[in-house]
Amino acid sequence: MREHTVLRVVTKVLIAPIILFALYVQFHGDYSPGGGFQAGVVFAAAIILYALIFGLAEARRAVSPNLLRITGALGALIFAGTGVYSLLRGGNFLDYDYLAHDAVHGQHYGLLLVEFGVGLTVVSVITSIFYVFAGRGRRNDDEQPPGDAR
Amino acid sequence: MSLASIADNFFGLFNYWVVIVLMMIGFYTVISHDNLVKKLIGLNLFQTAVFVFYISMGKISGSTAPILMSGKGSEDVLYAHPLPHVLILTAIVVGVSTTALGLALVVRINEAYGSIEEDDVLEADFETQEEETEEEAERTARAEARQERESAQQDHDDGREEDEADDDRETRS
Amino acid sequence: MIEAFFAQMPALVIVLPLLAAPICVLLHRGGPSWFVYLLTTWACFGLAFLLFVQVKIGGPISYAMGGWAPPFGIELRLDALNTVVLLLVSGIAAISSVYAKASVAAEIASERAYLFYAALLLCFCGLAGITVTGDAFNLFVFLEISSLSSYALIAMGSKRRALLSAFQYLIMGTIGGTFLLIGIGFLYMMTGSLNMADIAARLPAVADTRTVEAGLAFIVVGTSLKFALFPVHVWLPNAYTYAPSSVSAFIAATATKVAVYALMRFLFTVFGAAYAFDQLPLGEVLLVLSVAAMLSGSMAAIFQTDVKRLLAWSSIAQIGYIVMGFALASTAGVTASVVHMVNHGLIKGALFMAVGAMFWRLRTISLNDIAGLGRQMPITSAAFVVAGLSLIGVPATGGFISKWVLLEAVMAPGHYWLAAAILVSSLMALIYIGRVVEALYFRERPEGHPAVGEAPVLMLAATWTLVLANIAVGLYSTPLVGAAERAARAVLGDGV
Repeated sequence: MREHTVLRVVTKVLIAPIILFALYVQFHGDYSPGGGFQAGVVFAAAIILYALIFGLAEARRAVSPNLLRITGALGALIFAGTGVYSLLRGGNFLDYDYLAHDAVHGQHYGLLLVEFGVGLTVVSVITSIFYVFAGRGRRNDDEQPPGDAR
Repeated sequence: MSLASIADNFFGLFNYWVVIVLMMIGFYTVISHDNLVKKLIGLNLFQTAVFVFYISMGKISGSTAPILMSGKGSEDVLYAHPLPHVLILTAIVVGVSTTALGLALVVRINEAYGSIEEDDVLEADFETQEEETEEEAERTARAEARQERESAQQDHDDGREEDEADDDRETRS
Repeated sequence: MIEAFFAQMPALVIVLPLLAAPICVLLHRGGPSWFVYLLTTWACFGLAFLLFVQVKIGGPISYAMGGWAPPFGIELRLDALNTVVLLLVSGIAAISSVYAKASVAAEIASERAYLFYAALLLCFCGLAGITVTGDAFNLFVFLEISSLSSYALIAMGSKRRALLSAFQYLIMGTIGGTFLLIGIGFLYMMTGSLNMADIAARLPAVADTRTVEAGLAFIVVGTSLKFALFPVHVWLPNAYTYAPSSVSAFIAATATKVAVYALMRFLFTVFGAAYAFDQLPLGEVLLVLSVAAMLSGSMAAIFQTDVKRLLAWSSIAQIGYIVMGFALASTAGVTASVVHMVNHGLIKGALFMAVGAMFWRLRTISLNDIAGLGRQMPITSAAFVVAGLSLIGVPATGGFISKWVLLEAVMAPGHYWLAAAILVSSLMALIYIGRVVEALYFRERPEGHPAVGEAPVLMLAATWTLVLANIAVGLYSTPLVGAAERAARAVLGDGV
């Protein structure tokens, strides 16, 4: 679809706001609707849009599958690590009260960290799923973007 | 039962009707279709019906979204029960994972068998299985024959190994 | 410090595998991942043992996740019943982790081995989570975690038929999981709580409604799908047959038991035995189904030529024994269920491991191919024979103890037809195990097959550990039966 100028231009304009919105949903998730899951999916949608318009190979060059494997695992580790840290501080698993000097700040940090871990994993996993399905059976003709199956 | 009460039952409980109809459509699709992708679609519908069930469970008529508001009168706001929504977010993630895994399996089944119709796949399996079973039966018969012969031979004589080799060649061919 | 550690143990049992799985993905190599898997499972086994002792001495433990007190937060609750199950699950996981290395190196492509171990860890995490949680919805989530990873693990089998078996398991398992979700939804609707103990306290007030009855039905059917009770068992033989050997051994020994535990937990702790068994005719239904499972499973096992499939059908029959025990809803019956859960885990683990060791050598596992192996793989074959004797229920093995306890439980209320069914099914077990033993010892090696040696030492060590555990239980059954009886009293309340 790279030859469609309109699509290319619109995509270029759209991707940055989509990612920005994803980050907004991510980091305002503790005060307003949103959170890791939603933000992760929105962020992944930006990457998938890029892959649809500019081709899978380009997208893989920008966000490599290997990177996604690492960030996916890291996200899960951040989540569990937050829990373990609160455990080491003397609380129960995932007891955010113990993360900072007082409970309110602790809850805040805990929520941010956990949601960040969730978001990171969701971005990685959704994008990986897309890569795996789109890349299946077309290892040699990466010129054709996956949306163009017909 | 008056018409009014029937209507009340129907419209008052309409979310459950939606859930039941959706669930049965999904369930029927899973059971009746051969195409593996359609089975997955049915499964998704089936799960979605349960999501709708949970979400409508938390709704109170006249209530708003469960978002914390500040300002005057915010304590009196009637809001929907948020817990079922949160629960179902988790169940949706489970559903997405199931669908992704199921589709991945379908892709690999297609690569291995060249078809995603359950009948074709099963037929291919049955063919290989039948061949295997026949082969197994043949081998069992051969092994038994050999054993019988050996026991007979032990009674008979010990020095006729050439014959046995001949017999083996015959049974093998 | 030590006390703080003791207090955190219930969470650590789930957290350790949850941490280890992404670490495996980061390591990206099969070898180090195996080591992580080994360490994690053994650590969890140690924790499970400490928890078992702690509950035995000090009574039930409650752990509030995130510091939110139950019934609002997620509660982990350990009592006499689930510490036994947890000990079984983590013990089998630990022993099968020793076994896994050689078996995985032979059956899984080396570049995917790290994913295999990550999935195994997640499966273990899910199973451990189901066991320790005291929250109904949390149980559903952990059930799906373990199921999803086991679909993936089964699909990693070496034959292409593994794919369709995994797909069929996925369809059946998801329907089961969704049924459970509906059931929990009904309960939540009526009681407004998800904490099991809290639901149990609020349920009597609304127990006579159709909604609660429907909820019970959905939960029973949903969990039955997961542990393959008789009419909904079709996914199990294929799944166990085509899964990689170490997965068959681990899942066959643990997954179905944990699902049975989940049903027991719902029936006895949430609904209460009086409601489920006296007010509703659930006991009769389950008894009939369990007899059907025993007879049909054993019968089908007799006619199999693939040894793994034979063992899978036998699993369906053995689940019948477990269900029969708790369907009696008596202390003796639940005791028998728990004893047989543990024994069947040990037996089937050992049998699948022995068969996996033969598969490791031969790449095939039909009765004709293993003919005459008794002389070429004497240690593996002997393990199969001893575990097989335990499955039949020969005295001085664990299987004998569980059958004895079950027979006692069945005879006490005078159900002689159930006792007859147990005996008939045991005789059938004698036939199908006998067929394998006959092939192993009384037949010649088929022509054209080169002589094979023994399996690797680690595989043999793991197999024999389980076999010896069987004999140990058979010779000295007091600890197991005692623990099972405590479990039964704990879930039934002392009175029954």
